[in-house]
Amino acid sequence: MSGHSTYNPQNPVLKWFEARLPIVGLIHSSFVAYPTPRNLNYWWTFGAILSVMLGVQIITGVVLAMHYTPHVDLAFNSVEHIMRDVNYGWLLRYMHANGASMFFIAVYIHMFRGLYYGSYKAPREVLWMLGVVIFLLMMATGFMGYVLPWGQMSLWGAIVITNLFSAIPIVGEYVTTWLWGGFSVDNPTLNRFFSLHYLLPFMIAGVVGLHIWALHVTGQNNPTGVEVKSTSDTVAFTPYATLKDGFAVVCFFIFFAWFIFYTPNYLGHADNYIRANPLQTPAHIVPEWYFLPFYAILRAIPSKLGGVVAMFSAIIVLFFLPWLDTAKVRSAKYRPLYRYFFWIFVVVCILLGYIGASPPEGLYITVGRLLTAYYFLHFLVILPVLGLVEKPLPLPASITEAVLGPNHGGVSVVPSSSAAAPERRA
Amino acid sequence: MTHALVQAVKAAAVAIAVFAATPSLAAEGGAHPEKAGWSFSGPLGHFDRGQLQRGFKVYREVCASCHSMNLISFRNLMEEGGPEFSEGQVRQLASEYKVTDGPNDAGEMFERPARLSDRFPSPFPNEQAARAAQGGAYPPDFSLLAKARTYSRGVWLSLLDLVLQYQEHGPDYIHALLTGYDHQPPEGSHGQTGLHYNPYFPGGWIAMPKPISDGQVEYPDGSPTTVEQYSRDVSAFMMWAAEPHLETRKRIGFQVMVFLIIFAGLLYFTKKKVWSDVAH
Ligand code: HEC
Ligand code: HEM
Repeated sequence: MSGHSTYNPQNPVLKWFEARLPIVGLIHSSFVAYPTPRNLNYWWTFGAILSVMLGVQIITGVVLAMHYTPHVDLAFNSVEHIMRDVNYGWLLRYMHANGASMFFIAVYIHMFRGLYYGSYKAPREVLWMLGVVIFLLMMATGFMGYVLPWGQMSLWGAIVITNLFSAIPIVGEYVTTWLWGGFSVDNPTLNRFFSLHYLLPFMIAGVVGLHIWALHVTGQNNPTGVEVKSTSDTVAFTPYATLKDGFAVVCFFIFFAWFIFYTPNYLGHADNYIRANPLQTPAHIVPEWYFLPFYAILRAIPSKLGGVVAMFSAIIVLFFLPWLDTAKVRSAKYRPLYRYFFWIFVVVCILLGYIGASPPEGLYITVGRLLTAYYFLHFLVILPVLGLVEKPLPLPASITEAVLGPNHGGVSVVPSSSAAAPERRA
Repeated sequence: MTHALVQAVKAAAVAIAVFAATPSLAAEGGAHPEKAGWSFSGPLGHFDRGQLQRGFKVYREVCASCHSMNLISFRNLMEEGGPEFSEGQVRQLASEYKVTDGPNDAGEMFERPARLSDRFPSPFPNEQAARAAQGGAYPPDFSLLAKARTYSRGVWLSLLDLVLQYQEHGPDYIHALLTGYDHQPPEGSHGQTGLHYNPYFPGGWIAMPKPISDGQVEYPDGSPTTVEQYSRDVSAFMMWAAEPHLETRKRIGFQVMVFLIIFAGLLYFTKKKVWSDVAH
């Protein structure tokens, strides 16, 4: 999506079409000629993996919706009908259910990649913020999707999460009733969740379009964090990135297939094979694994409103990250201190997940609070201060130099601010 | 890449070490079921037809007087990947059950022998009737029970379970429960009247009386008629009922894996060839 294309069709029909709707040229410039840094590592393949997973979720989801019934009396059995009687229904459902988890695994890796290599910094702030919007939409989609099979965890998860809105001062009760479409989580709630669960992935697809558009305006970051300066720093998207991404996607599918075919219920909850029963509370109400760190933050604060505010802030803070991080150097490779704080932060997030899965008692509460405090400390104190006190390592003059060693600094060195669409400047 | 990977492994190691140091989740289930070992576990797992047929016999002759199984139709019993009774056997079996149908032309409900397409008739007309007959407890439906029950194995073992594909928590639990009635309650533990001590049931006191004893069901194939054997067979049958396409799933999974691994290999070498002229 980077401006004028190098695509020159010879075929008269294609020529005629291109003069009227240059969409083939757009695809060509975005996914064929698009210059991508030559030094990208496999952490950069998760964007492609995510795009493919979004496709998988939409396709399996649309077919599931052909057999699913969004009614409290029928939903549970309609899912079992899919599992038992629909041809390959078990495959569709296991792909979709585990696909959601795979989607989150990939998005977390994708986001941590951004954190490590400073991909959120100028000029990629909008790209990053669109990513956070996608993440929020994904969470909403995942949450509402889990409600649809109408098992015990579906119902009780929905009750716990929707009840959070009642913490909003003054209007809380009204908002919750409005969300429910009644006075409890019931048929109207299930109906609207189904409708929204169908809608949101297409909104995600739209924002992914913007996300990739923004990516192609600024160009990709890379492991050195040094901007592209000349054509020798890049290779063409096709065949280089296409093949590398393709290989990574197939490897990811091996991992995915392990879950689908061999451990399909590993990431789910046994209680969700019990039909929803509003009169019987399960012993432990645990959200899906990908919400656990945020669930831990929610429960770390003793007041309900405080917990809700903390939980949402934990995500909202990501929008401000480009300005909270004061360092000029992007990549953690050249930031000796940040590198450590990055890995501490990763461990803190994993531990928050563990706390989120544990009962809120005794030591778990204390540890959960300390970890929550650290989570915010990382963004609000450590990152701003680190940028001021840290002495970065010397940066390579260019990507080419980083790859081939000094004296290969690239042919024509241009100021980094004009790195966008470098193919026109080299 | 390698550097970051090493770091990632380190971080994961630290996280796991901290998990190990924290007290593991309190196991409310009490006693831990033993792994019974199943023909359907692992990547090449498949059901043992004879075992499913025996398990069905146990269900029909013992458990079905209290437990329904309302997601299963008679026809499922002859389908591939299940007990695979012959069509004749299943037709005969169905005809021994009466189901309510209608209304007929006169507007009346009537009874008729069950057909292949009918679901298994439930022992009680509704949940209230079942509870009334069981002193207030509800015998859960069997269709999904093997997937709806599990027990906690803590963080460490759970991670191992993913790698070793241990997925038989449900049947192991049911097997342990059925064979677990002969334990003495610990000193000072008393259940309410009408409850029975079973260390594998969460809380230790279950409303179901010991459902089956040695010699209660006859086996035509000469398998031992012991509680141990009955519970294995009925647990395997319940796993099939909960996951009737388990065999197909594992079979297709194997084919998909072989395909993906070969495909990944081909892509890897293609990619390597294409990138061979670019240092990166
Ligand atoms: C006399 C009636 C009766 C018979 C016969 C019976 N059950 Fe039960 N079963 C119950 C009741 C009642 C419960 C509910 C127990 C409770 O919630 O405390 C139950 C519960 C169960 C459970 C679930 C335990 C849990 O974790 O919630 C399993 C598994 C089970 N029965 C298996 C069997 C099997 C297998 C058979 C046949 C061998 C069988 N039952 C025969 C009455 C019966
Ligand atoms: C549906 C979810 C998403 C899809 C399909 C998606 C897709 C992509 C694709 C295809 C790329 C280019 C390839 C790459 O660099 O990996 C990319 C880059 C990027 N994404 Fe996403 N993304 C998603 C979610 C997110 C989220 C949640 C964030 C962060 C909050 C994010 C942040 C970024 C950033 C910063 C880049 C630029 C990375 C760089 O070039 O260094 N994305 N995304």
